Amino acid sequence: MTGAEGAAGAVTRAGAEGALSTGTLIVGAGQAGSQLALSLRQGGYESPVLLVGDEPHLPYQRPPLSKAYLAGDVEPDRLLLRGESAYQRIDVQVLTGDPVVTVDPDAGVARTAAGRTIVFDHLALTLGGRPRELSVPGMVTDTGFRVQGIHYLRSLDDARGLRERLADARRVVVIGGGFIGLEFAAGARKAGAEVTVVEAAGRLMGRAVPEEVSEFYLGAHERRGTRVLLGTGLSGIRSSDGKVTGVELADGGMLDADLVLVGVGLVPETDLAMEAGLACEGGIIVDERSATSHPRVVAAGDCTVVHRTDGPPVRHESVNNAVEQAKAAAATILGEPAPERVEPWFWSDQYDLKLQMVGRPGPGDELQIEGDLAEESFVLVHRVGDRVTAVLTVNSPRRFMAARRDLQSFAATLA
Amino acid sequence: MAEINFWDAETDDLILTADIRRNDSVMEVAVRAGVEGIIAECGGSMSCGTCHVYAAPEESALFEEKDSSEDEMLAEIENCAANSRLSCQMILVQAEGTANVRVPAAP
Ligand SMILES: Cc1cc2nc3c(=O)[nH]c(=O)nc-3n(C[C@H](O)[C@H](O)[C@H](O)COP(=O)(O)OP(=O)(O)OC[C@H]3O[C@@H](n4cnc5c(N)ncnc54)[C@H](O)[C@@H]3O)c2cc1C
Ligand code: FES
Repeated sequence: MTGAEGAAGAVTRAGAEGALSTGTLIVGAGQAGSQLALSLRQGGYESPVLLVGDEPHLPYQRPPLSKAYLAGDVEPDRLLLRGESAYQRIDVQVLTGDPVVTVDPDAGVARTAAGRTIVFDHLALTLGGRPRELSVPGMVTDTGFRVQGIHYLRSLDDARGLRERLADARRVVVIGGGFIGLEFAAGARKAGAEVTVVEAAGRLMGRAVPEEVSEFYLGAHERRGTRVLLGTGLSGIRSSDGKVTGVELADGGMLDADLVLVGVGLVPETDLAMEAGLACEGGIIVDERSATSHPRVVAAGDCTVVHRTDGPPVRHESVNNAVEQAKAAAATILGEPAPERVEPWFWSDQYDLKLQMVGRPGPGDELQIEGDLAEESFVLVHRVGDRVTAVLTVNSPRRFMAARRDLQSFAATLA
Repeated sequence: MAEINFWDAETDDLILTADIRRNDSVMEVAVRAGVEGIIAECGGSMSCGTCHVYAAPEESALFEEKDSSEDEMLAEIENCAANSRLSCQMILVQAEGTANVRVPAAP
């Protein structure tokens, strides 16, 4: 999907050695990194920009990996965030398949696994994160190999493997009832598998949506034939001949499985930042302008945690957040004021259910549901007093778009 | 192979011309080539409305038709007009032809 081998232009692949010098080095060629490169150019940045990624692909979108891609509806080259010619147009050099292994912000030097030395003025870390690993007995065989059939879903390569496996999987167990787990569960059902979701907490998507919505989704998945076990822990993995055969539950139960998808959260990628001495605590610590503890370094996307001036630290894992933090990071490098604050938004597609959320919900919000849950189309409004703080819609795109506009224009009046 | 021209809706300047294959969406072609006004934050899942374009009505047979959810999204978009489309839903259904879309300035 990175285009023809040896293609001319702005994209360089791993292998060639030598020192490179750049104005801004962006480490991590994903959603945030790609946006940062673009925003720098849009803001008039004139020095060289080098985007370096460890994956063999140009930056691509992850959301379809648990949705259309799984169903075989999308081919990999359709996932690219921008094509090779787009990077040429904005004069950004992209280096794929070569992880950055050390950065020294004081000296302004980074090194890659292939042995390249990169000298930079500014450094941007857009490293994303890796799936939280399951730590229960039975994940490795007696001979030390990983049991086959246990999958995570973060990268295109993960999704490829899963898609292949799904073709002949009959019994699928999904560990974790968050967005990725539930989207995958829907895809696996549609592919004809028997699906059970095992969630340790008492409800689905508990970190992101109110109880009413969790309830609704529980019913919606059950109606479509998925079994959901809430409040159920895992005690082990069973395998035979190195292949998974089932999962053992903490309550003594046992589920047969030939494919297990683990979706129990993300660990922000901070190793590089920590080794470079940047402040990290459950993410690379940034402020609202995406500045880190080092004046030469900005960070954006899933690898960060935002320490705000007006509230507790927040972490978002969403496309919108990666994009907005990247824009702020570019402004910081350019020495410009931070861009207008955008109301955070998110979506999730499960079966024919389109969930869209916008705003900043709080724990004390008053909630009001409009519409018909039985019709699978409704709107949930969060309020504090008579002020709307957030809106969540299911199969009501028009209401979502209107809410987004209203919340945004209200936020603008406060700025 | 069909062809698509992207025009700046404000200045009427040609932004660029690109090839488009059957089953490609106009949005995909735009982001691959780097048309700035088409942001496509949700990557074509009809969730964001940042891929809005004006389509030439006489070329509508080249593309899949609008469905009701697209109409709903468009209804709340700034500067929506009768010929507005979400470019991620404009899937080319013909193998040949030339299409023209006008791209509003990025919001
Ligand atoms: C399956 C799935 C479905 C999702 N669905 C949605 C959705 O519906 N809506 C939504 O809003 N969000 C969704 N998300 C979340 C969204 O995709 C992420 O929030 C977004 O990709 C974050 O962008 P990022 O740039 O921070 O990280 P990434 O896009 O992960 O990019 C980081 C890149 O940096 C690379 N990297 C790390 N370390 C190094 C190094 N040392 N050297 C070089 N490169 C390095 C990584 O390999 C990776 O390629 C989904 C995510 C997944 C995985
Ligand atoms: S790309 Fe998001 S609606 Fe078209």
